[in-house]
Amino acid sequence: MTETFYEVLRRQGITRRSFLKFCSLTATSLGLSAAAMPRIAHALENKPRTPVLWLHGLECTCCSESFIRSAHPLTKDVVLSMLSLDYDDTLMAAAGHQAEAIIEAVKEKYKGNYIVAVEGNPPLNEDGMFCIQGGRPFVDKLKETCADAKAVIAWGSCASYGCVQAARPNPTRATPINKVITGKPIINVPGCPPIAEVMTGVVTYMLTFDRIPELDRQGRPKMFYGQRIHDKCYRRGHFDAGQFVEAWDDDSAKKGYCLYKMGCKGPTTYNACSSMRWNGGISWPVQSGHGCIGCSEDGFWDKGSFYDRVTGIHQFGIEANADTIGGAIAIGTGAAIAAHAAMTALHSIKNRTATPAQEHKGDQA
Amino acid sequence: MLSQHDIQEAERHGRQVYSVYVFEAPLRVWHWVNALLMVILAVTGYLIGKPPPTLAGEAADHYVMGYIRFIHFSASYLFAIGLLARLYWAFVGNRHARQIFLLPFTDKEWWKEVIYELRWYLFLEHTPKKYLGHNPMALLMMFFFFTVFAFGMTLTGFGLFVEFRGAGGIGDWLFGWVVPLLGGSQQTHAWHRLGMWLMMSFAVLHIYAAIREEVLSKHSLISTMISGWRMFKD
Repeated sequence: MTETFYEVLRRQGITRRSFLKFCSLTATSLGLSAAAMPRIAHALENKPRTPVLWLHGLECTCCSESFIRSAHPLTKDVVLSMLSLDYDDTLMAAAGHQAEAIIEAVKEKYKGNYIVAVEGNPPLNEDGMFCIQGGRPFVDKLKETCADAKAVIAWGSCASYGCVQAARPNPTRATPINKVITGKPIINVPGCPPIAEVMTGVVTYMLTFDRIPELDRQGRPKMFYGQRIHDKCYRRGHFDAGQFVEAWDDDSAKKGYCLYKMGCKGPTTYNACSSMRWNGGISWPVQSGHGCIGCSEDGFWDKGSFYDRVTGIHQFGIEANADTIGGAIAIGTGAAIAAHAAMTALHSIKNRTATPAQEHKGDQA
Repeated sequence: MLSQHDIQEAERHGRQVYSVYVFEAPLRVWHWVNALLMVILAVTGYLIGKPPPTLAGEAADHYVMGYIRFIHFSASYLFAIGLLARLYWAFVGNRHARQIFLLPFTDKEWWKEVIYELRWYLFLEHTPKKYLGHNPMALLMMFFFFTVFAFGMTLTGFGLFVEFRGAGGIGDWLFGWVVPLLGGSQQTHAWHRLGMWLMMSFAVLHIYAAIREEVLSKHSLISTMISGWRMFKD
């Protein structure tokens, strides 16, 4: 039988005390009550590790980079050991045919009982020729690997929505996982990259409760993507007070006012950055003085400038936003009305002068 | 020229043809309340996208954006409730109350009237026709730029509102589908704002046309929306 997480941890020299601390921390970060902590500990002590196959499609490896930087050393140790990460071509020692053989082995041995984590997405144009792994298109490898999986985790905005490689005009037709894989539960964990603790949190939840976390309309775990950056932002007080950074080097920027006018996408972004923060809670984009770019939102590369509050509308084909289009229409309407009013006035003057003349003519006849 | 039906209705009211009760009291109240709400919503909505300049002093001393957003959201609730009430009145009110919801698209005669009105506005006809309710051209504009847009703005606005209020609940059930359908929060904001500009452009046009018709046409217009009675001047 596969080792349990607890056994692996102990083997790696982690004390029971640290282990229990980790369990309560995880329970807290998942928003669970204190009573859940023993359940997490029990699960980690007794459940065999679920094999995870970590695939890489068109991507930049930022998800992996985030994942391995998971803030608490314990988390990193646990996650890298608690998952039986059987295949990850970026991290694994094996290469070539040996590596590819692992996928087949896991598929057979743990049929319907392993998790596929996908970083990046498959390009579909030219029969998937823009991403070749082991001599064949990635899309084929993805479909085959997911066929017997229990669940699929779509890591990052690439796998969830398409991200930069799917940005207009998307030459390779990079396609998010949920449009390629059907009939499997897919957990979208968007972000470019997602927060490390969000990634480990999702995995821990799935292993502890043996089910996928509650998802929202867009397939994201509600516990991490249910709240707006803006609503948990520590600069929110300045927003409500109407105190904004107006230029990058102004006094308001130094005072740490709200970055709304600088195009911060916090008001339209649903992620845990403002509550969990990054790199072990050290900081996050807004705290370092730059607005949120909305990297965990669908199609964020195509939503106009990162530095505009009112952004473009693509259907118009030109870089125009609601204010430029609407303003032009409003001015056009105003001008048309002025012209029309002038015409009306002219007409009524003409009519007034014309009518008596006509009447006069009528009298004569 | 009054249609046969209009004349009959006028006679039923026991009045001379020169003055007909067109808009009932609830409809008139709704019209003016709605006009006020639209102005409030447009101004506060504009300011939400392009906030006023930064205020000096402590954050605790001010609540500008808080008030602006509060006014916008409260006004939008009133606007939506008003719209529902107006929809209800379309069922129970007189036939003029149904005008802006049901357009006689299939009526060829009506389209001819639209063309006639268009020609009147383009100075190609000399005498304006008389209508009890809205003239066909005005009605066409009202249907597309008010009725359709009012529901569109309600959907996008409440879609954005329930999105940040969080998933679950009746609001999410009613409007939660809007934001994903339009391609996300930022995109929905853009459409909502463009809708505001178009509705405001229409409002200006509407006011201009009303004043112009009041002056030029042979029947009352603005006073009709106040008293409910349409007076015919000849």
